[in-house]
Amino acid sequence: MSILLNKSTKILVQGITGSEGSFHTQQMLEYNTNVVAGVTPGKGSTFSNEKVPVFNTVRDAVEKTGANASIIFVPPPFAADAMLEAIDAGVELIIAITEGVPVRDMVTVKHALRGSKSRLIGPNCPGIITPGVGKMGIMPAFIHLPGRCGVISRSGTLTYEAVKQLTDRNIGQSTCVGIGGDPIPGSNFLDVMKLFNADPDTDAVVMIGEIGGSAEEEAAEYIKSEFKKPVVGFIAGQTAPPGRRMGHAGAIIAGGKGTAKEKVAAMEAAGIRVSKSPADIGATMAELLGK
Amino acid sequence: MKIHEYQAKKILAGYGVPVPQGSAAFTVDEAIKAGTDLGSFPVVVKAQIHAGGRGKGGGVKLAKSADELKMFASQILGMQLVTHQTGPVGQKVQRLLIEQGMKIDKEFYAGILLDRAQSKDVFMVSTEGGMDIEEVASKTPEKIIKVTIDPSAGFQPHHARRLAFALGLSGKALKSATDCFTKLYKAYCAADCNLLEINPLILSGEDIIALDAKVTFDDNALDRHPEYAELRDLSEEDPAEIEASKSNLNFIKLDGNIGCMVNGAGLAMATMDIIKLHGGDPANFLDVGGGANAQTVSAAFKIILSDQNVKAILINIFGGIVRCDRVAAGVIEAAKSEHVHVPVVVRLEGNNADLARTMLTESGLNLQAATDLTDAATKACAAVKG
Repeated sequence: MSILLNKSTKILVQGITGSEGSFHTQQMLEYNTNVVAGVTPGKGSTFSNEKVPVFNTVRDAVEKTGANASIIFVPPPFAADAMLEAIDAGVELIIAITEGVPVRDMVTVKHALRGSKSRLIGPNCPGIITPGVGKMGIMPAFIHLPGRCGVISRSGTLTYEAVKQLTDRNIGQSTCVGIGGDPIPGSNFLDVMKLFNADPDTDAVVMIGEIGGSAEEEAAEYIKSEFKKPVVGFIAGQTAPPGRRMGHAGAIIAGGKGTAKEKVAAMEAAGIRVSKSPADIGATMAELLGK
Repeated sequence: MKIHEYQAKKILAGYGVPVPQGSAAFTVDEAIKAGTDLGSFPVVVKAQIHAGGRGKGGGVKLAKSADELKMFASQILGMQLVTHQTGPVGQKVQRLLIEQGMKIDKEFYAGILLDRAQSKDVFMVSTEGGMDIEEVASKTPEKIIKVTIDPSAGFQPHHARRLAFALGLSGKALKSATDCFTKLYKAYCAADCNLLEINPLILSGEDIIALDAKVTFDDNALDRHPEYAELRDLSEEDPAEIEASKSNLNFIKLDGNIGCMVNGAGLAMATMDIIKLHGGDPANFLDVGGGANAQTVSAAFKIILSDQNVKAILINIFGGIVRCDRVAAGVIEAAKSEHVHVPVVVRLEGNNADLARTMLTESGLNLQAATDLTDAATKACAAVKG
């Protein structure tokens, strides 16, 4: 009943002994997430969060525990190396939470992903959650409700806002995916929408974009021709001035391209119900589902 | 981060890119000395501000004698230079670049940037040098020639040749161009640029020379280039934005009268949008980051209230892992210490939101608790209308 994260996902945490890593590992464990290992170079053969074995390398962790997914809490200068190490060890799903990874590093990581068996979500993202099953991320679990609506977004707190609106209307979520606010995300709307399309337990999807780049337009093209489920959309930054980076490294209208207007038009042309107000995302979905 | 043309040229020259001889001047005397050092006239006097379109705004002059140099330097230094990129107020010129005058046979454009859709660098050239490249791209896209660079193979001689032939070059000029392109790409990568633009790139005799240079660095990579971080010119930035960056707040000033304080960039943009949707005008974008506590809220109040246009403040915090009652306590403490004199609408959602609303209502301060986003926007818009 989900994409990416299910009951058979065995999770390792890169950077588990850092303050962020250990705090969020605890939160994940409290949500009964299947965390099987941690990695911090030099801290091998110890335990973190009382029971999680720590290894020096990702390869060791994978060999000893069978981990098939990794979440990364490594500081920006070393984050790309952590992602590349996970790719090299054949980890299938990599979630990079770290904000502030240099773009050039991501060009290298993105290249390494091509032809590998790994899928990367992030960086600069809240991670993913399959409500009731587990979470690989920093989102507050309590706002979520197990169900059949997918959520995908470039934002963190705006995603929580949308999720809460869904939960308040008793619309549960299959999986919520934060793809992150960077110019080069490991996975984009298109990649994740394909997964939602193929998931028999996802009936509809909320897609939250923002200004900058053309990822929403590319997904809209696919949704128009192949996506079989209803989609509710929202684009943040309708009032954002051009040429300024709005907090996220990727949220910038450059050379007159990447405006909210263009994105809304492309999404509407693809049959997506675009909510004008961020307060109406849940209501629009409820209406679409006849709830 | 943007830098000035003279700084960009110095970096490019370090990678062997041919640039005209010249140096920066902060005073008229320095400008005269820089001109004398060049040894011959004409020299070009160029205003150094971050915005483009300087020539059209009167910020670039050709001086044929020492007297002209003195005259132009005095005129341009200190002037409020208005271009299509500065806005109507313009930007005060505090630095000049004094450069040798070049014989220009042809003007081209060269630019390198990231193609986000492909996650690869793109090197573009055009025969339409000296023009606004965005205009060329929209009106005559066929006049822009692009090559996409594979990250593993890098920029190869065949890329350089294709670009140089596209500019109609041959012989020694072709060799000069391929050499220049290779060095430009090397500089772009090594310096972690977001954008490297040469407009115009000129043909002077048989030599290719970068007559202008625009470089924007990737802010996320500045930690590994401390020498470039020092090139930041604070006089080019909004004082409130500089103040905000000191407190690690992400702030962008806008023209409206409703100050915004939000956690998360996406939610901050959405908050601006919903204000507009309810007939109001946001005064700023402000992301206080993940943990909103008394200290960050206090710093945010200071920055928002430094804008005289602000008539009301909307605080929108989605307390995920942080508890809303703690955020409310922080808001109350900060509102007291900063003597906030405008109405503040606070919308807190998440853990312990009900308790937080009670705390705000009972604080005795000018704080209105909102129940949801729509309620918050409605109340904030009503507050500015009086």
